[in-house]
Amino acid sequence: MNAPAYNFAYLDEQTKRMIRRAILKAIAIPGYQVPFASREMPMPYGWGTGGVQVTAAILGPQDVLKVIDQGSDDTTNAISIRKFFGKTAGVATTTATNDATVIQTRHRIPEAPLHGGQILVYQVPIPEPLRFLEPRETETRRMHALGEYGLMHVKLYEDIARFGHIATSYAYPVKVNARYVMDPSPTPKFDNPKMDNCPALQLFGAGREKRIYAIPPHTSVVSLDFEDHPFTRYRFDAPCALCGAGDSYLDEIVTDDKGGRMFVCSDTDYCEGRQSAGHRGSESAVPHKERAHG
Amino acid sequence: MAEHVSAANDDQPLLVADSLGKTYGRLTACRDVSFALYPGEVLAVVGESGSGKSTLLQLLSAQLAPSAGRVSYRMRDGVLRDLAALGEAERRFLFRTDWGFVHQDPAQGLRMAVSAGANVGERLMAVGWNHYGRIRDTASSWLERVEIDTDRIDDAPRTYSGGMRQRLQIARNLVTEPRLVFMDEPTGGLDVSVQARLLDLMRNLVSELGLAAIVVTHDLAVARLLSHRVMVMKGGRVIETGLTDQVLDDPREPYTQLLVSSILPA
Repeated sequence: MNAPAYNFAYLDEQTKRMIRRAILKAIAIPGYQVPFASREMPMPYGWGTGGVQVTAAILGPQDVLKVIDQGSDDTTNAISIRKFFGKTAGVATTTATNDATVIQTRHRIPEAPLHGGQILVYQVPIPEPLRFLEPRETETRRMHALGEYGLMHVKLYEDIARFGHIATSYAYPVKVNARYVMDPSPTPKFDNPKMDNCPALQLFGAGREKRIYAIPPHTSVVSLDFEDHPFTRYRFDAPCALCGAGDSYLDEIVTDDKGGRMFVCSDTDYCEGRQSAGHRGSESAVPHKERAHG
Repeated sequence: MAEHVSAANDDQPLLVADSLGKTYGRLTACRDVSFALYPGEVLAVVGESGSGKSTLLQLLSAQLAPSAGRVSYRMRDGVLRDLAALGEAERRFLFRTDWGFVHQDPAQGLRMAVSAGANVGERLMAVGWNHYGRIRDTASSWLERVEIDTDRIDDAPRTYSGGMRQRLQIARNLVTEPRLVFMDEPTGGLDVSVQARLLDLMRNLVSELGLAAIVVTHDLAVARLLSHRVMVMKGGRVIETGLTDQVLDDPREPYTQLLVSSILPA
């Protein structure tokens, strides 16, 4: 351990115990939002305070941690959280999805299939799927308790009435284990099918809202829809410009002010893995070539 | 089939109130109210403000627990059940299927930020309708029935006029074909011509659908137009009850006489 002033993984043991209890309860009732005594963390709300607390509570010295932000291992949020646990827990970190035992994520599920024994920790800003339709928390809790989810379809109805199709593209509501309707955090709906019957444990932590919920391994997760407007995934209709992948979720990157843009995999580990295996896209850089300036 | 069953049960009361009372500490909002409401019957509760009308309506619709007495309701299976003995889930289910509640302020009964179509469709989705096309068709046919232009099905009710909002609220409540509708001052705050149109519409719907209704109002004209029976309340008690014509044309109690004579001549 590099920093003996801290307890292992920053949080004190009593706090971890409290969070683990909440996690166990969440696993026992898939999709149910368990309240917990969220702590102040050395980062602002909205930067993953919930996810960090869950990760801190489940992390052991043997774990290998991967942190992604919008699929990427090298954005500010991902790097700082990875360094945080490198420093306070001294655990090994990785960018390879396959090698990680704990993956903390903001907004994406890795493209590489997860396997049993892995834990995916989501950072959640707003855990309540009914929030924008029914602002009263007392009422939404009652609706969850009684399984009154007609209102969720009102949102989807509004989408179709306004746009002709279900235009919700992220935070797409799902029903977990045929009981609780859950907000899968703002992951793109492209990732929703990956949650269904996933062999890895999925934990969701919302720090500001003080809620933890979970999807145990091999649990059914069904995206809500209408019979005549079934759930569809959405993906830009293009191959990745760097690795040529035709099946991954893409980010749109604006390259100039004349409408130029390129599409690249949002999962950097997946993209780099494919490139090192020799796959090339239309914009792949040719290695070691100096650009001549005139 | 269902018509046969309900026809056979027409001689049995739909809702029975048995010496209902509600007190807040020493304050008595409502005391010793008993009556039976039969299928297809419209009962008006009239009285000045503070007479306990609205409290009574909340007691009857199980939104408020009574301090004394009880309310029983004949469920669709024909069994008369005490509302207080129902579970919360059952009560809420009843509230959005077999009952309707028309608020005086449409903003309380509608979702002002979602479209009219979704407002009408919400109850259908709550009972498990899962086909967008059918929900929308049903919603638009109900908008037609309450005389709202179907071109406005995708507009939010906050863009509607007061009269349209009230009609939308009625459509939203009737879409699941309830057997009993509670109305709290349904025409309050509307101008006279809009009131007349709304009353006409409600009278037609009530007779077409064979609805039972309990209408709370301080407007005796509403009571006369809509209701079969009238209950006059004062100070939390029912002081006079009877057929609408009889009570309004030949009031017995001094207070009722005062109410009737207080109507401004048109």
